[in-house]
Amino acid sequence: MTDAILRPEIYREPMSQEKFGIVEKPLTLFERLYNQDWLRKLFVLIVIAACWEIYARWLDNELLVPTFSATVRALFNGIASGVILTRAALTIKVLLMGFATGVFMAAVLTFLAINTRLGNDFLETMTAMFNPLPAIALLPLALIWFGLGTGSLIFVLVHSVLWAVALNTHAGFRSVSITHRMVGQNYGLRGVGFVAKILIPAAFPSILAGLKIGWAFAWRTLIAAELVFGTTSGQGGLGWYIFEAKNLLNIPEVFAGLLSIILIGLFIENVVFKLIEARTIGRWGMQN
Amino acid sequence: MAPTANTRPVVEVRGVTLQYKTRDHLVTATYRVDFNVRRSDRFVLLGPSGCGKSTILKAIGGYLHPTEGSIHVNGRDVTRPGPDRMMVFQEFDQLLPWKTVLQNVMFPLVTSGKYEKAAAREKALGLINKVNLGKFAASYPHTLSGGMKQRVAIARGMAMEPDVLLMDEPFAALDALTRVRMQDELLALWDEIKFTVIFVTHSIPEAVKIGNRILLLTPHPGQVKAEINSLPRARTETAASAELGQKIHAMLFADEIEDMSHD
Repeated sequence: MTDAILRPEIYREPMSQEKFGIVEKPLTLFERLYNQDWLRKLFVLIVIAACWEIYARWLDNELLVPTFSATVRALFNGIASGVILTRAALTIKVLLMGFATGVFMAAVLTFLAINTRLGNDFLETMTAMFNPLPAIALLPLALIWFGLGTGSLIFVLVHSVLWAVALNTHAGFRSVSITHRMVGQNYGLRGVGFVAKILIPAAFPSILAGLKIGWAFAWRTLIAAELVFGTTSGQGGLGWYIFEAKNLLNIPEVFAGLLSIILIGLFIENVVFKLIEARTIGRWGMQN
Repeated sequence: MAPTANTRPVVEVRGVTLQYKTRDHLVTATYRVDFNVRRSDRFVLLGPSGCGKSTILKAIGGYLHPTEGSIHVNGRDVTRPGPDRMMVFQEFDQLLPWKTVLQNVMFPLVTSGKYEKAAAREKALGLINKVNLGKFAASYPHTLSGGMKQRVAIARGMAMEPDVLLMDEPFAALDALTRVRMQDELLALWDEIKFTVIFVTHSIPEAVKIGNRILLLTPHPGQVKAEINSLPRARTETAASAELGQKIHAMLFADEIEDMSHD
């Protein structure tokens, strides 16, 4: 047996905190500004707008690409005269009706799907069949069934929302951890209570993703549908506004219509959904 | 204070055989297990992995149904999970992430209809203070450490004042130092409240320290090897506890020792 080398034992006194130069130091102003999400995004938007303006001025053809400033002017005029606002309000009203109906139907379908095997098969088959089908492809049929009006718009909207939301919600429910399920059962929760108090909050990241996708699908579908036959009893939404402006070769107004769609989209994504996210999955630590 | 032998046990497990199906096998987890848990027992189910101790606990919890035998809690047949048998799981994600510490502890009190909201709040805050988390009542679980999460889970279980608290290796995922502290805290709580608890572990020292009665199970399938008394609380840190640990070790691994002696 070899002798172990005898090493001395070491004891030290840790330095007291005051002796350190930097323990915590505030970030510089630039670093703090750069950490603001909205500021960085605003910067991206400004760059895009500047590029647009420069290109349009260089092209100098208002019928092809109007300048950013002309578009903004058309947008302000539209808002001032109230045309864009009433059109946008109409579009959003139809959109919300379709969206709400779609989400409700998705809720019913997924509830059946997680409680019964047949419901599960039904949902899986239906989503596999209809999810890849563009809602616009159903528009001709919808026109025959529901006539020229809100009915057919809602029909295609439901179609575009339902499958995306149902698919995501269902996937979310199925990925809820066994422990959370057992905890819920331990509290004596069953049926609707179990779904509402355990499954929905636990699957909320997926559900929210589904709602976002559904919302985007609904927007696209609705604007496209309005472009095809936007007017009902003399009223039309934003899609119809764009269509009309194009017919009059008023291209800045076409761009103003598109811009307002973009603005509404940005608002919903960055304000409404961001707020919901921050209040829910952000606060719960389900999202990094 | 000691319950007399003729009072009815809180938990009666009679000849329980538990089986579950995997994709290609029917697995017998436990075979005809019998034991009784009396009021204020700290009853430990101890055995190596594969002895079905967690499976028995889940059966008492109502998540599994015995293929043979019966389980009664306070005379009632166990048919499904319920808040009269609160579980504390090993996993840290047992707290609901969308609720604060306070809301997590309050939730079962309110959902089960046992308390009004205000009373539940008071009750929950009391328990949260008992597990030394008063400062964190408004925090969300993702901001807590593993040990703190387990404390919340224990507070939540105890707030319900269940007939029996079921703990499924609650400290297994904790680091060794935290684990020792949690064991001490659990015992301190027991000294105060004298709750009935069934505690699953695969650690012999933990069993000796936590339990007053220890059920030893052998693996594949789980069968009762022995049901022994642990040491009085005052002696758990002494040489006697090491000796008891040795004895349990010898019993649990008797077969292996015999195998080795044949070589």
